[in-house]
Amino acid sequence: MTALNVESTDRNGELMLDVKDLAVYYGNIAAVKGLSLTVHKGEIVTLIGSNGAGKSTTLRTISGLLKPRTGTIDFNGQRISGREGHEVVALGICQSPEGRRIFPRMTVSENLDLGAFLRRDTDGIAADRARVLDLFPRLADRINQKAGTMSGGEQQMLAVGRALMGSPQLLVLDEPSMGLAPVLVDLIFDTIETIREQGTTVLVVEQNALAALRVADYAYVLESGVLKMQGDAKKMAENDDIVKAYLGG
Amino acid sequence: MGHNVPPDLLFFPSEGVFISTKGRHMTITAVEKADNRPTLLRREKIERVLAYGLLVAAAIWLLWNAIGAPVQFANVTLGGIRTGAIYALVALGYTLVYGIIELINFAHGDLFMLGSVFSALILVNFFGAGTGSPKDWALMILTLIIVMAMCAGMNVAAEFIGYRRLRRAPKLAPLITAVGISFIFQWLGIVLNGSAPKSWPKVIPNGGIHFGDVILDYSTIVVIAVTLPLLGLMTYLVQQTRQGKAMRATAQDQDAARLMGINVNRTISFTFGLGGAMAGAAGLLYLETFGTTRYDAGFQLGLMAFTAAVLGGIGNLKGAVVGGFIIGVIQAWNDGLPHGLGQQWSQSVVFTILILLMVFKPEGLYGKPTVEKV
Repeated sequence: MTALNVESTDRNGELMLDVKDLAVYYGNIAAVKGLSLTVHKGEIVTLIGSNGAGKSTTLRTISGLLKPRTGTIDFNGQRISGREGHEVVALGICQSPEGRRIFPRMTVSENLDLGAFLRRDTDGIAADRARVLDLFPRLADRINQKAGTMSGGEQQMLAVGRALMGSPQLLVLDEPSMGLAPVLVDLIFDTIETIREQGTTVLVVEQNALAALRVADYAYVLESGVLKMQGDAKKMAENDDIVKAYLGG
Repeated sequence: MGHNVPPDLLFFPSEGVFISTKGRHMTITAVEKADNRPTLLRREKIERVLAYGLLVAAAIWLLWNAIGAPVQFANVTLGGIRTGAIYALVALGYTLVYGIIELINFAHGDLFMLGSVFSALILVNFFGAGTGSPKDWALMILTLIIVMAMCAGMNVAAEFIGYRRLRRAPKLAPLITAVGISFIFQWLGIVLNGSAPKSWPKVIPNGGIHFGDVILDYSTIVVIAVTLPLLGLMTYLVQQTRQGKAMRATAQDQDAARLMGINVNRTISFTFGLGGAMAGAAGLLYLETFGTTRYDAGFQLGLMAFTAAVLGGIGNLKGAVVGGFIIGVIQAWNDGLPHGLGQQWSQSVVFTILILLMVFKPEGLYGKPTVEKV
């Protein structure tokens, strides 16, 4: 099950997330089989693949919502596989999940507060709140509106903003472009670059592979739960054969 | 989404509804199919006329009683408020648990029963309290706190042993487990209390404050004096504290709550504890109001309290409290007013009202709109 390497690249920055031989099952059905991937500090890493490839399962396992059958996940040298979701958040991984999963009956403001649930540094929370509202001015306009009444794009911004409120070392984004108008997709990916420039490492799962490759440093391609390819994201996007075969280009 | 709708309307094709984002509240408009629209409208019109007709009839019946026997009306209503407060406390336990894990906790009425039995054993047998001395009052307050803690502990234990491992099981499994726990609690009630009802001395003296012929019972004063601060404390806990925020988040989306760093297991335990504490308080108030304990008290009262929770809109705290008072007062009116049907009909009347409400307003008085899956 060796994955095809596009071209080995130097990956700067210290190792942050280290997933080794991960296998995740739903009952008897394997969703992810023998996946290994790494995220280094300061990178944007993307995990791409079609529907049902196991991308979201991988992210849910990293965040402690699912337990791996075999394999390990280490974060900053600490074993996190098998830990509870809230413990993983405490260690510095915040996720904006698939389908956004904002709290619909709470206001935008309350949703953002919940993103900072584990934090006690009032000043830091206020600063991050200002930063999020700066990244997504739409949220500032709707700060006291019930989140469930917002449009899909606004809910997506809220989900990303809420994850940022946890001041994560690693921000995990599951399909941030899903269901969004093209102009909003660009906005979301621009924001991902801004977030990285501000010092947060990002792991992003996408179906919209080309958009993800454009901003990512390193990419993994998943197919039916198996790693098919990995390598430098920009080079992957330039290779027409790869784009045709795997990325629906 | 490609649908041509005004900008302040969100369209949900799967549900066939529009949700207006205008104003503070969501308003939901069903999209009726053209072919069955006339029948729908006619049915709605008939329903509305029927509903208003029933309300008017009820109002006339009340006036008839109130004008015919005003003193009796006032006394009966006060008694209903007292019973209603106890219903409200128990109903909160149903609604809290339903709100957070969508379980109808059939054992909750029996937990209330255990609360009344514990209260009697501790207050009368252990502390040896009599009637009315300041020391007795202090012991009663102490007993209240102990029994609230005990019932909270038992509810937390039931969740930990019974429901926790069934959280991902089909809904029927925890439901049947709740029925099982209900039997265990009743059995414990028989062991502690015997199979026959028992009478106990009460700390609160009989009688009350007279306003002419209208009597405000001392027990009513105590019940209200205990219930209102508890309701206030609970509202504060749920609305203002970190733990309350965690509860509301967990109730809306458990996985999303986990991703916020919320310890979902602890939050659910806390919710069971809170509901159990309210049942414990209701148990002591019941003992002090009626002076009896019986192992099957939880069945009947639990059913009434559950009805109250459904009436108010299950999952809604305010609804449970309002529903509790409404059921208490309606029951008292039926049982005690000159033109009421009498005690033997009280459950029939209460359930008829529940059924009628379910027909006309299925989500309950304060229930949230069913269209929420955004």
